[in-house]
Amino acid sequence: MTMIFGIPIQALLGQLLVGLINGSFYAMLSLGLAVIFGLLRIINFAHGALYMLGAFIGYLLLVHVGIGYWPALVLVPLAVGLFGMAVERAALSRLYRIDPLYGLLFTFGMALVIEGVFRFYYGVSGNPYAVPALLAGGTNLGFMFLPNYRGWVVLASLVVCIGTWLLIEKTRLGSYLRAATENPELVQAFGVNVPLLLTLTYGLGAALAGLAGILAAPVYQVSPLMGSDLIIVVFAVVVIGGMGSILGAIVTGYMLGLAEGLTKVFYPEASNLVVFVIMAIVLLLRPAGLFGRDA
Amino acid sequence: MSELTLQERRTAASVRLEWGLVALGVAALIAAPFFIYPIFVMKMLCFALFACAFNLLLGYTGLLSFGHATFFGGAAYFCAYAVKAWGWPPEAGILLGMGGAALLGLVMGFLAIRRQGIYFAMITLALAQMFYFFCVQAPFTEGEDGIQGVPRGSLFGIVDLNVTMNMYYVVLAIFLIGVFAIWRIVNSPFGMILRSIRENENRAISLGYSVGRYKLAAFVMSAALAGLAGATKAIVFQFATLTDVTWQMSGEVILMNLLGGIGTMVGPVVGAGLVVGLENTLATSGFPVTIATGLIFMVCVLVFRRGIVGEIYARWLAPAAAGRDR
Repeated sequence: MTMIFGIPIQALLGQLLVGLINGSFYAMLSLGLAVIFGLLRIINFAHGALYMLGAFIGYLLLVHVGIGYWPALVLVPLAVGLFGMAVERAALSRLYRIDPLYGLLFTFGMALVIEGVFRFYYGVSGNPYAVPALLAGGTNLGFMFLPNYRGWVVLASLVVCIGTWLLIEKTRLGSYLRAATENPELVQAFGVNVPLLLTLTYGLGAALAGLAGILAAPVYQVSPLMGSDLIIVVFAVVVIGGMGSILGAIVTGYMLGLAEGLTKVFYPEASNLVVFVIMAIVLLLRPAGLFGRDA
Repeated sequence: MSELTLQERRTAASVRLEWGLVALGVAALIAAPFFIYPIFVMKMLCFALFACAFNLLLGYTGLLSFGHATFFGGAAYFCAYAVKAWGWPPEAGILLGMGGAALLGLVMGFLAIRRQGIYFAMITLALAQMFYFFCVQAPFTEGEDGIQGVPRGSLFGIVDLNVTMNMYYVVLAIFLIGVFAIWRIVNSPFGMILRSIRENENRAISLGYSVGRYKLAAFVMSAALAGLAGATKAIVFQFATLTDVTWQMSGEVILMNLLGGIGTMVGPVVGAGLVVGLENTLATSGFPVTIATGLIFMVCVLVFRRGIVGEIYARWLAPAAAGRDR
């Protein structure tokens, strides 16, 4: 058996794959946070809850309606996105003129309510969600065994991340969005409906979280607690990357997933802590974050 | 959060009224254990001190920490361990808890003040989560069980704390000392500089204050006082568990402040009383506490940002004072 630093290469690659999967979710969620923060100046604490909501809607569709994975991949982001837009219209839009910390507190309360409702009805134990038949099984790559679904998650998240980046950097809608980030009054004066743009942006961020949720359902157990544990790590990711750039959020997400995977190989006890330790080091050396522009 | 803090204009009459109310409140607390279950009042007092310590940071310095459970729960662990494993007397255990919390505050504050606003909140949350994972894994916290059966012992070897009434008046004394300390800090020249940082950080910098040092000092003081509350709670309830270091606990202390009134002296006490009371009521009703707290959060942020005491000030006391000035 091939060894690297006294570790079998299969074990190393296996943990790196797990890291890459986690990194895919970090990337998708921190991307959504960065998109929302860029325009709304709100840190969406409910992002983890929306991710959990996505996974649960997928699960409920399967169990109660019999709608499987592939249609759910479209329906879930749509549903979570619409939910997000309703929340933005009803509540968040009232908070733009006051201290952004209130947005954080409001979405924190929202996260507690969403999580509490699902805990009340479904308990805290996880519910399994079967891997779709098309992606069941695995492929032997020669040097390691790759479960097909995990490969699909990495691929899908890459497509989603690059797609979102292209949408924001290369399309007309994206250019409005970036302009509104710089100067909303001026953009409004040019006849762009900025309040609608804000609603759509929050909807897009929520839909991304929902999509991450349904992608995660077959990998992790569908449980009411799946979001709150993740969101704090994603916050650390966002602090490390800085929310100045969309690309930065994506790259940092994958990097930290891999760093976590590597830690699991060499020093498993610290794998929960490594992201936070990296955050502390980055704060000491580069307080603005790796890709941050704001000091 | 500066736009909602109160116009601090007072007339002699309103100051007299305030002191009268404070005296009334203290008298009520002295009499309380004869009418209400003392353990419950002690729990309220511990959380009220915790909330006041948090308010020193949020209300008077303008820093929103999302990691204060670290100091509350961390101090509880240190105190419980010292008293149970090393046989320390309770007063030494509480002081150790306070010192440990101050040290944790120094580390967390040093890292967190490097960023502002929303990032500050996220950094404190992440570091607190790190401390939570540390507590889950470290052997001295005894994992999921927590440190159980901590002996209350006797204060200075004289006052037997196993007698509930003795314990109650010790807790009340700690609470009053803690709140008095916060009141002194807030109304000292140091406290005025903290307020100026809250109102306009850049101006404070341009006036020549090393803002970072003041923020860090406020953070450490707030952490130490939160630790005082946590360590006292460990002695009262005779255990220290993971519940007190979770992010939910950090959220709860924010809620107490938001509900009672950020930046008022009495608000956090009222907020803590209401939240603890509400949780006690809900615990027997079967309605999930998280849904209730979440809803209160949302309602407070949308329509009630001054909190209960803040609204009372703004509606009745402040206009009266302003009226007399004219």
